[in-house]
Amino acid sequence: MIETLIHVLVIAGLIISALLVYWFRDLLAATLAAGVFSFLISLEFYILQAPDVAISQAAIGAGLTTAIFIIAIRSTSQYEGGGS
Amino acid sequence: MMDYFSPVAFILVALVFLAMVRLVRGPTPADRAVAVDTVNTLMVAVLILLGVVYRQIIFIDVAIVYALLSFVSTLFIAKYIGGDL
Amino acid sequence: MIAEILIVACLAVGSFFNILGIIGLLRFPDVYTRMHATTKMTTFGSVFTALAVIIYGVTAYLDSVNSQYAVLAIHTLIAAVALAFTNALGSHAIARGAHRAGIKPVQAVVDRLEEVGP
Repeated sequence: MIETLIHVLVIAGLIISALLVYWFRDLLAATLAAGVFSFLISLEFYILQAPDVAISQAAIGAGLTTAIFIIAIRSTSQYEGGGS
Repeated sequence: MMDYFSPVAFILVALVFLAMVRLVRGPTPADRAVAVDTVNTLMVAVLILLGVVYRQIIFIDVAIVYALLSFVSTLFIAKYIGGDL
Repeated sequence: MIAEILIVACLAVGSFFNILGIIGLLRFPDVYTRMHATTKMTTFGSVFTALAVIIYGVTAYLDSVNSQYAVLAIHTLIAAVALAFTNALGSHAIARGAHRAGIKPVQAVVDRLEEVGP
């Protein structure tokens, strides 16, 4: 029962954080929201009994993707729509 | 003895939502970084508790990998905010 | 029975301190006080929930001599130690970055780091 409630909360958090990635105009904030999205989807794989996928998602999503996005933002502008 | 861990896991997942309120409202990027760091810590606790609930030993290793690798992204965000990346 | 009381006490302390940390994150006025609340409170609370899992693993290992529960306790101990180290280091890095980005503490009287220099 309570595992079902946890599952519902995690899926709602996935939808909210994906909408936040769409909403933010500050690209650093959007990157942080994408980090929260990858954490929550790792927890989702974990609840669906796939710990190996969760390990790879944690390694790629939590460590590498945020770092690569931040390096890309440093090379371009921080705010969406030009005009650094 | 199994019944005590899953309500605490539910409370911690609910607290992740309240931390996302600060992620939405935070005026500076440092506030959002603090919120993401809080989400990391809570998520490691949730992974450990759910590993006991599901009775799988391999699930605890996910928490170890998670605790060590979320540190990398936190350091990158902090270096970018400080301006010396 | 004693182990069960200890597990419930550790879980109650852990969730209580996590709730306090989130209240501090939502209510405090600037970055440094929010970080002060969340880092200490959530590290303490998460280590206490991990301690409850360690107590569960040790007592289950002593009841039924099954090495699975000992592995559970040892891995949870490693996760708790890694959590304590990385959380303190990461929050120190964020505080240093926020100070170098020019975010001032609200209602601060004295700022020694500004006087010393970067």
